Amino acid sequence: MTVWGSTEERAPDDQPVPGRVRLRTDAIPAPTIASRRTQGARINDARPVVFDIRDMSVYYGSNRALMGTSLKIRRNLVTAVIGPSGCGKSTFIRSLNRMNDAIPSFRLTGEVLYHGHDVYGPTVNRAEVRRRIGMVFQKPNPFPKSIYDNVAWAPRNLGLRSGLDERVERALKHAALWDEVKNRLRSNALGLSGGQQQRLCIARAVAVEPDVLLLDEPASALDPVSTAAIEDLMHTLKSRYTIVIVTHNMQQAARVADQTAFFSLDRVEGVGTLIEYGDTETIFRSPQDSRTRDYVTGQFG
Amino acid sequence: MRGGGETGDLVLYGLCALAGLVVLATLVEVVYQLIGNSNLAIGHFGLGFLGHQEWNPHFGRLGAATLIYGTVVSSLMALVIAGPLGLSIAIYLAMLASPRVRSVVGPLVEMLAAVPSIIYGLWGLVVLVPFIHSIEPGLHNVLGWIPLFGPPQTTGFSIFTGGLVLTFMILPIISALSRDLFLTVPRELREGAMALGATQWEVIRGVVLPSTISGVSAAMVLALGRALGEAIALSFIVGDVSQINVSLFAPGATLAERMANEFLGTSSNLELAALWYCGLILLVIGLITSLLARLIARRFDVERAYARAVAV
Amino acid sequence: MTPGAELTSPEAPLFDPTAPLTATGNLRRRDGVDRAVRVGATLAAAIGVAMLALVVFSVVSKGASVISLGFFIHNPVGLVSGGIGSYLLGTIEIVAIAALVAAPIGILTGLYLTEFAGSRSRTGQTLKLALDLLQGVPTIVVGLVIYGLIVIPLHQPSGFAAGIAVAIVMLPLMARSSQEVLLLVPGTLREAADALGVSRWRTVLTVILPAASGGILTGAILAIARGAGETAPVLLADGSGFNPAVTDLNPFHAIPSIPIYILTIADEAIPNAFAHAWGAAFVLLVIILVANVVARALFVRSRGKMLAS
Repeated sequence: MTVWGSTEERAPDDQPVPGRVRLRTDAIPAPTIASRRTQGARINDARPVVFDIRDMSVYYGSNRALMGTSLKIRRNLVTAVIGPSGCGKSTFIRSLNRMNDAIPSFRLTGEVLYHGHDVYGPTVNRAEVRRRIGMVFQKPNPFPKSIYDNVAWAPRNLGLRSGLDERVERALKHAALWDEVKNRLRSNALGLSGGQQQRLCIARAVAVEPDVLLLDEPASALDPVSTAAIEDLMHTLKSRYTIVIVTHNMQQAARVADQTAFFSLDRVEGVGTLIEYGDTETIFRSPQDSRTRDYVTGQFG
Repeated sequence: MRGGGETGDLVLYGLCALAGLVVLATLVEVVYQLIGNSNLAIGHFGLGFLGHQEWNPHFGRLGAATLIYGTVVSSLMALVIAGPLGLSIAIYLAMLASPRVRSVVGPLVEMLAAVPSIIYGLWGLVVLVPFIHSIEPGLHNVLGWIPLFGPPQTTGFSIFTGGLVLTFMILPIISALSRDLFLTVPRELREGAMALGATQWEVIRGVVLPSTISGVSAAMVLALGRALGEAIALSFIVGDVSQINVSLFAPGATLAERMANEFLGTSSNLELAALWYCGLILLVIGLITSLLARLIARRFDVERAYARAVAV
Repeated sequence: MTPGAELTSPEAPLFDPTAPLTATGNLRRRDGVDRAVRVGATLAAAIGVAMLALVVFSVVSKGASVISLGFFIHNPVGLVSGGIGSYLLGTIEIVAIAALVAAPIGILTGLYLTEFAGSRSRTGQTLKLALDLLQGVPTIVVGLVIYGLIVIPLHQPSGFAAGIAVAIVMLPLMARSSQEVLLLVPGTLREAADALGVSRWRTVLTVILPAASGGILTGAILAIARGAGETAPVLLADGSGFNPAVTDLNPFHAIPSIPIYILTIADEAIPNAFAHAWGAAFVLLVIILVANVVARALFVRSRGKMLAS
């Protein structure tokens, strides 16, 4: 089957190459894409809903950054959020675990229901939200501590002190980093390469066994090899976590995501808005909206 | 045009280099003056001066031990109080206060450094000394089992009062420097910690404090240095009594305030030279703290922030 | 590249994700600790502000009563009456001498560090070390040095000696703040001047210094505010031998100054004079605090201008 996009001819900033290009399947590392993505719209729709986002709008002061967005994110699926830069993808994902609260002018309307509970409800404990909904950021941000302490830090806070060594090992294995660092767990995390640091951040996030993993362009600052490694992880991690991944790289979404949400700037007001959401295959092969079609076929950046 | 440019450049360089030389020369002159003028005392007393407890100018029996004791104890007491207090204020300013509150409270605390020592001295003499005198019996009743809080003396002039005034003076150094340091911790690090479900305090304890520990330590050393050299504020507060007493409520003396009090009224050349000797000791202490702070601080920002803080 | 280990079937999850989003596990306790820390830190800030308020309140309440126009203008009659006119003039004169000496040397030193000595060069590092050490010299020691250097050769204390002593205290501050500000001047300005073939000294004089002038002025005001309150160096350089009843502006004589005035009253503990001491303290404090506020405002404005250029 054909997926639009190309792994080889990549524009410097990873924007889709204008014009349609057919993917050569031999350029994809095995196993192939098809088998990795959970197939079938009907199967996906039957999965329980983790996030039920209803008419969510985000304002920074009086500026609207995101227009009424509604979608459902389902359990144990990888949901990709794609779209051109500046269309509110980061704002969207950071609003799911209340990371935007740190911005003083941030305001949110609508509902973000997590297992039926509004994340922005009056009795909600922010630390609890983030304990259940973990996040990995675009730029790797390991603590200036040892590799071990980076992974063990949050579990220690949570009181999970028994079996800490095993927990750290398990987390590093789930992040595909264990073999590379098992002999230097006490060395400083800042000595790792960029790709390793990012995997460390993933290990850090999974060490506390959250329910959801939010990934905000996790591979955009990394080289292609590290990027491929991270993409591989998505497939193993989703059996355990619900994953939402923001990416500006369409092809990446095509490779890893079961569901895809396409955001763009609204024609009239220039505000970020959800254009189309559905099975990745549908979005890429037979998008309903012309704007989606334009984007995934690379008619515009 | 070219020729004029070159001579102009040379003149500029010359002036700047001259200025630099003046700085170096000043420092050299400081050392030279102190060593030269204390020679008489060094020759007479030797290193034993540091251990000798009497200060009896009329009999020529002079020693700096009581002064060194008073200097160290009063400054340490100030650091023990101002350290945690200053750090807490820095945490408040950097992590808890909104930018608007921070812009008001921050400068207010920094103004403590702007108050000249003479005013602290006057205030200490008129307000603090009588106050401490009145609460000393109470404190002794409660804490008297600790030898530090011995029986109250007849007046409020004591190392304790001196230490309190020093606290006022060094608090802004610690809080301003620490606050600046906390604000330099990258947002990504703090976000990374928050995203793991940590409370604000856990973020501070796990990420902010460890990242800034060297700068904060240097700030503490700089604050200590400031306290060690303070002369005027203490000159009417500690009592100027040459004694070593475990109790903080007893009067004492420090190197700097003894110099301030006695220098213009010495009775002998030996006593004058002994005061120069005290100056030399104080200079060595001052230079060591400066060097130590530089050693600890891995970032130049600490020193620049200090310049800003003490220029206030 | 090792593939991700296949996850075994999930063990019992650590928490129930469908439960309401209130604190679970040990979060209740951790929140309690967090709250305690917040309260403690806020309390500490309140204490800090209270400390300042305490001192300022004392000065204002005790000193305001003697403040009048006459207080500023008239010279003292004895220690207990009259005004602080001559003391004020003396302080202004001493600070002026100090500023005239410290500012040029400080600015030139700052220029040397930014224009001629790179941050890695040995001379640059040595000079920075010397500035650090000079700043760490206790002010009483500076007084001692000036006593030996100037007072003894001149056989008398003088305003000039006091001015030099205060200049030594101000010098490291001026050098550092000038250097900081000069570093902030955008490199593009220098590059543009170079490209036009303008000689270095002209660039410095007509481009760089004007750009940095706001920040340098701020540094100067702050250093002056610091210098005005210095007592220890002035004590040893100019602590006696003056007649405050007479207005003597000759810097090579001993001239009166406000800090010494306060010191004398406090030392000799003349009860009726304390009101005047507080009055003098009030004047000094107001001058210093106003200078600080002005300097801050200037700093914010000049930084804004420079970053915008």
